[in-house]
Amino acid sequence: MTRQDRIAALKQAAKERILVLDGSWGVMIQRRGLTEEDFRGERFAGHNAHLRGNNDVLCLTRPDIIADLHDAYFEAGADISETNTFSATTIAQRDYSLESAAYDINLEGAKLARAAADRWTAKTPDRPRFAAGSIGPLNVMLSMSSDVNDPGARTVTFDQVYEAYREQVRGLYEGGVDLFLIETITDTLNCKAAIKAILDLRDEGHEELPIWISGTITDRSGRTLSGQTVEAFWNSVRHCKPFAIGLNCALGADLMRPHIAELSRIADTLVAAYPNAGLPNAMGQYDEEPHETACSLHEWAESGIVNIVGGCCGTTPDHIAHVARSVAGMAPRAIPERPTAMRLAGLEAFELA
Amino acid sequence: MRPVFVNIGERTNVTGSAKFRKLVAEGDYAAALSVARQQVEAGAQVIDINMDEGLLDSKAAMVTFLNLIAAEPDIARVPVMIDSSKWEIIEAGLRCVQGKAIVNSISMKAGEAEFIAQAKQCLRYGAAVVVMAFDEEGQADTADRKVAICERAYRILVDQVGFPPEDIIFDPNIFAVATGIEEHDNYAVDFIEATRRIKQLLPLARVSGGVSNVSFSFRGNEPVRRAIHSVFLYHAINAGMDMGIVNAGDLPVYDDIEPELREAVEDVILNRRPKAGGSQTERLVDLAPKYKGDGSKVQVADQAWRALPVAERLAHALVHGITEFIEADTEEARLGVERPLHVIEGPLMDGITIVGDLFGAGKMFLPQVVKSARVMKQAVAWLTPFMEAEKEGKPREQAGRILMATVKGDVHDIGKNIVGVVLQCNNYEVIDLGVMVPADRILDEAKARNVDIIGLSGLITPSLDEMVFVASEMERRGFDIPLLIGGATTSKTHTAVKIAPSYRAASTTYVLDASRAVGVVSQLLSKTDRAAFEAQTREDYVRVREQFARGQEQKTRTPIAKARANRFAIELVESPPPKPSFTGTRAFDSYDLKELAKYIDWTPFFASWELVGRFPDILTDDVVGDAASDLWKDAQAMLARIVEENWFEARGVVGFWPAQADGDDIVVYADESRTTELTRLHTLRQQMAKSGDKANLALSDFIAPIGGPADWIGGFAVTAGHGEPEVAKRFKDAGDDYSAILAAALADRLAEAFAEAMHHRVRIELWGYAPDEAFDLDHLIGEKYRGIRPAPGYPAQPDHTEKATLFKLLDAEAQTGMKLTESFAMSPAAAVSGLYFSHPDAHYFGVGRIDRDQVADYARRKGWDLATAERWLSPILSYDPGAEARGAAA
Repeated sequence: MTRQDRIAALKQAAKERILVLDGSWGVMIQRRGLTEEDFRGERFAGHNAHLRGNNDVLCLTRPDIIADLHDAYFEAGADISETNTFSATTIAQRDYSLESAAYDINLEGAKLARAAADRWTAKTPDRPRFAAGSIGPLNVMLSMSSDVNDPGARTVTFDQVYEAYREQVRGLYEGGVDLFLIETITDTLNCKAAIKAILDLRDEGHEELPIWISGTITDRSGRTLSGQTVEAFWNSVRHCKPFAIGLNCALGADLMRPHIAELSRIADTLVAAYPNAGLPNAMGQYDEEPHETACSLHEWAESGIVNIVGGCCGTTPDHIAHVARSVAGMAPRAIPERPTAMRLAGLEAFELA
Repeated sequence: MRPVFVNIGERTNVTGSAKFRKLVAEGDYAAALSVARQQVEAGAQVIDINMDEGLLDSKAAMVTFLNLIAAEPDIARVPVMIDSSKWEIIEAGLRCVQGKAIVNSISMKAGEAEFIAQAKQCLRYGAAVVVMAFDEEGQADTADRKVAICERAYRILVDQVGFPPEDIIFDPNIFAVATGIEEHDNYAVDFIEATRRIKQLLPLARVSGGVSNVSFSFRGNEPVRRAIHSVFLYHAINAGMDMGIVNAGDLPVYDDIEPELREAVEDVILNRRPKAGGSQTERLVDLAPKYKGDGSKVQVADQAWRALPVAERLAHALVHGITEFIEADTEEARLGVERPLHVIEGPLMDGITIVGDLFGAGKMFLPQVVKSARVMKQAVAWLTPFMEAEKEGKPREQAGRILMATVKGDVHDIGKNIVGVVLQCNNYEVIDLGVMVPADRILDEAKARNVDIIGLSGLITPSLDEMVFVASEMERRGFDIPLLIGGATTSKTHTAVKIAPSYRAASTTYVLDASRAVGVVSQLLSKTDRAAFEAQTREDYVRVREQFARGQEQKTRTPIAKARANRFAIELVESPPPKPSFTGTRAFDSYDLKELAKYIDWTPFFASWELVGRFPDILTDDVVGDAASDLWKDAQAMLARIVEENWFEARGVVGFWPAQADGDDIVVYADESRTTELTRLHTLRQQMAKSGDKANLALSDFIAPIGGPADWIGGFAVTAGHGEPEVAKRFKDAGDDYSAILAAALADRLAEAFAEAMHHRVRIELWGYAPDEAFDLDHLIGEKYRGIRPAPGYPAQPDHTEKATLFKLLDAEAQTGMKLTESFAMSPAAAVSGLYFSHPDAHYFGVGRIDRDQVADYARRKGWDLATAERWLSPILSYDPGAEARGAAA
């Protein structure tokens, strides 16, 4: 299958059923109890900074583990697995002095996901599997001050963020992903830089890949960290004609539900949701059992508010297996038609119908 | 809801507003931001930002201003219109906005290629776009050319670029009319006509324009300009104009314009010959001076909410804390329901529920909630006589009844009052017994009134013991209702370790601040949640106790003899003790409040309202800035009245005496012969392990020892609280708890300011050892001056009973009208007392925990038995005196 064939198959599958994304990577990698040596591998044996905790570099130094995890999630029933490249930008890799490896991590990460998806598509040809290129947030924000005493201060410029994302997008694209997943968005302006990088590269000759945008509502305020409401967020990113819009992370299913319902009402595209396994307990661990997550997402499917479901922090292949079973055979949300209107946004949405 | 016409705020435009230009040029961005805020408040749904000015670095100004706006939620909530004639500046702006903005503008003036390239970039950044009716030939003036250019641009954007038509806004150029040049007479008609045709011809596209251009010839005559804008918009909007760059909030209603003026303006706009003959321009020019006025117009608050149904008006008034119309609205609501009670149970409770929800969600803050409560109280007060008149009137349903009191010996109640108000806001009935309430009265009232919860409050450390006593009395008398603990010196640790174990029959819960109170109370009164909540608290407190016990074992204390040997030695050769200008006492009556106001440190004032942040930055804080600014405004207004109308009387007394240190005591002499001991001030010494050359400090170290050079000590007691309880009561009786609490908080600040001002005066004049010290509030707040003024009951001398000695020395009761309670709290509550030490080496410290050997020694010096010493020093004991007794009994 060519990439365009796979994209067509993805769009067809989304019409027929609720698609399932994989679950958390962090918790699964943590369980392996890897050492500094695992993270360094041969390539970075002599690297001058600690690498333990840099999960993304494992694409280069322990590809066997990353391949295993893709397999585990596909086996659990995921239709889509994400590349292990959440923090593989030059900006985020600076923490480990690995800016220069960012492109390679994306390239190899995409290849690993690609190969795993192809393996499983071969096994279950009636159910093709897909690789989504994970584009995470950065540890720096374009809309928020970096200095409490100077609300106008920023540690990075739009151009720097744009360049970092551009390199990540190139690596993911070259490595063969089927779609881009800009996720855990805390600052819409960072996201807009990533969108621009994708669109510009498309203008420069990349074939068109679907874009999936997933924001994060950080708490009960119902707003993103940078202060936008869900509707304002949607208005601010819909210019890239996303394949899917949704939310992930920060909240468990119960607290996320009203915001997904809101997106379901306003978004004339697929709606995706992959909540955390509840809220962390006092020890920072997630207690929600697989059947609990599945039960919530089943209810969402039943209410017709989602097209794609999956898991974020604290979820495991077991969670995904339960989720996949719980939404199997259920109708995906019907995409509503909305009257055409000028829809702008500040922190809040503005509509001129 | 579809806005009929979108107001785009025009004042943040350096080309249109000289004031804004000046602010930006001077880099006064705080004031520039307030221009933006004012527009949003006045109803602008989008704000236009333009920095095109030859003398500015326009790109940098655009970036700076947009980044600053991002930190102002009340401005950033609306979309921005990035306005520049330079693409470079527009693009810099697009890189700063997370929302979906409008670009103003692009056009075909430099040809199609550039137009297409810029439109594509707008798509990549995700922005709507204003397209000027401007092409290679120039700006379109006639209706035909306007329409032709817009159509061409539309086709290129929609068909070639793929631009969503709903994101295209045309600006068909508004030009000035009534210029005296005949060719200009039809400009407004051209715009209106072009608007009508564009809206018919180009589906989904919008029309906008810069409205103030049209009246340019009447610069300096604001009333006439406003009339022109109003009439122009009336016709343009009817033709389909969707939005306009206007001075939001400054447009008269078309129908309200004087008919004579309106007709003249209409002739000008519509290019009609006046009925009276002559030219329309001349006629308006003739008429204009008559309507000139002073050009200024008072900004009126948005009163649109007054048009809402009465229930919504009541909700609005509650959420915004507006009392102005509350009685009329309550009456209107009452006439619409069967029973007056239904007004409370219906619209008022609905409104107060919204307030509770917003507070719970962090969208409202304490001062705002207390203001809401004031509105509620006034509404209820209006209804009360009607309810009493109802024979069959039954009491209002309440969520629960809570008894609150400041315990015996303590007079502080600001925090308790705030908690009470917040609880009332959440439909709890609060019975407030006030201050200095003995345990038996608390418990008698609780029984008699059948309350659901008892809440105890206190600020000074002896109150902690009193709370333990109340708890043990509750146990003894067989209470089984929850007990809540709050107040500045209380803590979770003390509650868990000392209070909860004394009251085993039911739960005891520490409440950190007013914002937690509702959550705790609602869980404790919930049939479903109570058990789980109490179990959780119990477990939590077990952990706290274990932690506390572990902490106890770890601390090693230095024996008191060894600690004394490691005393701090002040430098007496280079810095001999200075002699005060007088010895004995001097009293100050009716101290000038205006002078004291200068010395106020505002940061703690905001903290007392649970608004955390440094003054003045807190006024512009992202989260609490609005709440803080409103509170600040109210505080300033009240402070002005306090000063002008002398609400409070500030009285104080200062004294200096010859003194020498004798071990850990300070001997105070009757006169310079230093033979007759007047009294002894007792101090406590640090017993923590010290490393290196760090000393184990006691306050006596800062006075020259007996046998050393002659030294002196000072003391003071000041209050700004005379009159405060009466003022607070007056407000409270009028249902205005907000003002009551505000008055008390300001009295507190004035008392602290009095202490600060008096200490300053002591340094420069009364003791006079630093005559050249300048007045600098930040220095005062930062304590960057010579000498200290520690207060008994605070870390450097934690024993409150020393206040008795100090008061006797100062004869404070007679000199200032201040009294001490049995727990040594000062009354009035807004009061400060302390000692003065002059030595440059004197500094503040905390005594920390002390051991049994020092307690025994201190008891001997004070003439107490050991148990008395342990009781007064219980907060700082390094051991548990009860443990031994319990051990012996077992």
